[in-house]
Amino acid sequence: MNVPTIVTPELQKRFHVPGRIAALAGGLLLAASAYLPWAYDGDALDNMAFLGGPSTLQFLGALLGLLLAVSAGMAWVEPWADRKGILPRLLMVSRRAGWTRGTKALGVGLLGFIAVVLIAIALELGGLVTIEYGGWVALAGALLGFVGSRLLTPGRAPSLEKVKTPAWLEIVSIAVLLLVALLLAAYALNQNDGGTFLSILAFIGALVAFILRVGAGGWLSAAGQRHRNVLVFSSFAVAFLFPFTQNGSDANMSIATQVLIFAATAVGLNIVVGLAGLLDLGYIAFLGAGAFTAATMSQSAFATIGWKPPFIVVMLIAGLVSATLGLIIGSPTLRVSGDYLAIVTLAFGEIFRISMSNLDGSDGPDLVHGSSGIPAIPNLNLFGFDFGKVHTVLGIPLGRFSNYFFLMLLIMALIVLVFTRLNHSRIGRGWVAIREDEKAAEAMGVNVFGLKLLAFAGGAFLAGLAGAVKAHVDQSVTPDQYIFLESAFLLAAVVLGGMGTVMGVLLGAALLKLVPEKLRFVNEYRMLIFGLLMVLMMRFRPEGMIPNQRRVLEFHSDDEELVEEIEEDLPYEFAEEH
Amino acid sequence: MSSQTPTVASTESRHVGKEEILAARSVTMRFGGLVAVDNVDFTVHSGEIVGLIGPNGAGKTTFFNCLTGLYKPTSGEVRFSGQVLPPKPRSVVVAGMARTFQNIRLFPNMTALENVMVGRYCRTSAMALTSILRGPKYRREEEATRARAVELLDYVGMKGQGGHLARNLPYGDQRRLEIARALATDPKLLLLDEPTAGMNPQETRQAEELIFKIRDSGLAIVVIEHDMRFIFNLCDRVLCLVRGKTLIEGTAAEVQSDPRVIEAYIGSPDSDDEASGSDVATEGEAGNA
Repeated sequence: MNVPTIVTPELQKRFHVPGRIAALAGGLLLAASAYLPWAYDGDALDNMAFLGGPSTLQFLGALLGLLLAVSAGMAWVEPWADRKGILPRLLMVSRRAGWTRGTKALGVGLLGFIAVVLIAIALELGGLVTIEYGGWVALAGALLGFVGSRLLTPGRAPSLEKVKTPAWLEIVSIAVLLLVALLLAAYALNQNDGGTFLSILAFIGALVAFILRVGAGGWLSAAGQRHRNVLVFSSFAVAFLFPFTQNGSDANMSIATQVLIFAATAVGLNIVVGLAGLLDLGYIAFLGAGAFTAATMSQSAFATIGWKPPFIVVMLIAGLVSATLGLIIGSPTLRVSGDYLAIVTLAFGEIFRISMSNLDGSDGPDLVHGSSGIPAIPNLNLFGFDFGKVHTVLGIPLGRFSNYFFLMLLIMALIVLVFTRLNHSRIGRGWVAIREDEKAAEAMGVNVFGLKLLAFAGGAFLAGLAGAVKAHVDQSVTPDQYIFLESAFLLAAVVLGGMGTVMGVLLGAALLKLVPEKLRFVNEYRMLIFGLLMVLMMRFRPEGMIPNQRRVLEFHSDDEELVEEIEEDLPYEFAEEH
Repeated sequence: MSSQTPTVASTESRHVGKEEILAARSVTMRFGGLVAVDNVDFTVHSGEIVGLIGPNGAGKTTFFNCLTGLYKPTSGEVRFSGQVLPPKPRSVVVAGMARTFQNIRLFPNMTALENVMVGRYCRTSAMALTSILRGPKYRREEEATRARAVELLDYVGMKGQGGHLARNLPYGDQRRLEIARALATDPKLLLLDEPTAGMNPQETRQAEELIFKIRDSGLAIVVIEHDMRFIFNLCDRVLCLVRGKTLIEGTAAEVQSDPRVIEAYIGSPDSDDEASGSDVATEGEAGNA
């Protein structure tokens, strides 16, 4: 990144110690300011008008401040590591952490967090004058911390992933981290105030940046690799627990279910785009094909097909219909190179939508009632479990959307399983080879066409499954739900989140769906904001937020240092031993 | 493992093997008005090394591409083990013909081991459902693929290098890795397109030893080369192409001493009095430059 250097290495060398003191002082000042009122009125954010009683957001700010102080101060504590005892032994571990890097990241994150909070107060109460002295103290602390952290010389690279830790500690850490994530997500979702929501996002961003730069991210991912099953299982357990945090409120569960459908579809798209390297601009049509298939076979009075098999069968048929469409589109176009495929899929998405609008009885057979679609799709009833009813488990009511949330979670699990297993298999290797050099792959006996078709049809199948559920969640299916924009958003989730990874796409999908739901003003300008976001991502981080290592290599092939670094800590599937 | 693995050394195959593996009959390749390959006959027997030489633009690589299914010849036919192969690179590999590329075409962002494992693709069968369910059969196959790839890396002299990204390997190792990847497809015939291009003399000698080792294990080999010393050391027979036509085909000694070959390389029809073997070698290299 070609950001002009203001703080030169010489400057850093000369002001290293004052910078450390400034960062420490700034962090402490910020932590102290949480006990001062930040706003004149309690209406802004979560009531920051008290003296001596921090609100949740102020508390979070104080937490970041303390973290900054500790991180900046570690350099003075570390020499104690040469003594004997338990504390020095912990300090030995700390020597592997990139405290200086963490401090720098946190300095930026903290400033961002305070800026978001103060701007939100000013917007909500009407002007900068509504910010109390505590807010200015907090800003001063954040600025001091920021400038101080900038003046530090870049420290050693973290090597925490090489620390040997007992298995129980790793497992507990994974579980605790996921639980914290659950609580933060539940808390953020319960905020109906846009400013508060955005502030929490800024907090999470700052915290994650710190954790990654300190090197704990490396340790966590190494731990996650060692306890893969624990990680996967507890991720799903945490997601499963989410509805229990909502006290029967359907508002958030409705959003969560939509996010999950979107995310599951995006992971399916990631097989096509991220793994096989095929650009699909009409993926939403496969979701739509599944939804329409399920709707026409549903118990709705407007369903056009008399045969009403159980939902499991319907779901399979929906998937197969989508996969067949995928085969029909894919077999003539996958033989040509990428750009043509993008255009054909783009056109296919539109053809699908317009065809559905025309299947109304006047232009074609009355299969889906044209643009009015199929309404009044009843709730599912699987093995006597009525998805429309409120079920009370452990005294916590779980409403309609919670039920669908659980069903989607199962489908998500299936899609993630398909994704990861295919990725680490003979087929996954073939896909990588095709992405790297299609001609050479063909000349080495890789069935290029067959593998592309498999990705295309397989991805369509998974989207069809998700579509079948979506029909019942939405209760009606109309062609205008499946416009090109939705395909674009799915692709954006994949590209922003990270091509070729599940976590990245989950993150991308959650952000793309949640942020507009929670921030109305974003919703108005969302095309503008996302467009800008995409341009910035393409410029600074084309591989996405949580990228696949191989994708990083593909995008940064000329960065020798980065290549060496990645080769050094290649994840287990690259290495010879396993 | 199949029986044609190069590790199973069968030294007698060189003498016994007179079976025709590859037979090209009057292959012609036209690009518009340009006749790149003109009516070339070519035969390879099992267990022999055949060299393909000729000045730049003689049509060697085009002829190679006709053999390996990258191009479909305008006329003529190519029989492999008595059968005409469909002009598809993949069917050609499945039939038992593997190649390397003139300008190295590894998968740069895969590790050396993974590169070789990709070569096993056409000899393994796990499809989508098997890969997702991961039954014992799948695990066995995956394990065998990995073990075979490790074995092949050892075989070409890259023991313990499997974890490195292909792009980060030294040049000579990249060439060797390409050979290992080609061997992973269990070929009967190996086609090497300038395997020593850009190598220093020591690397060239190592490559020569490796090729002999592969030949001794029973494979037939076709080599395109500009390094004449290399070709005449290595090959049982040599075919010289000039402007798409066969100039001469014969043993290394015959081709080496043929004045027309020297003429083709240095393009001076009068001065054939200095045609001694060593001169051909040096001048051949000069013609390459």
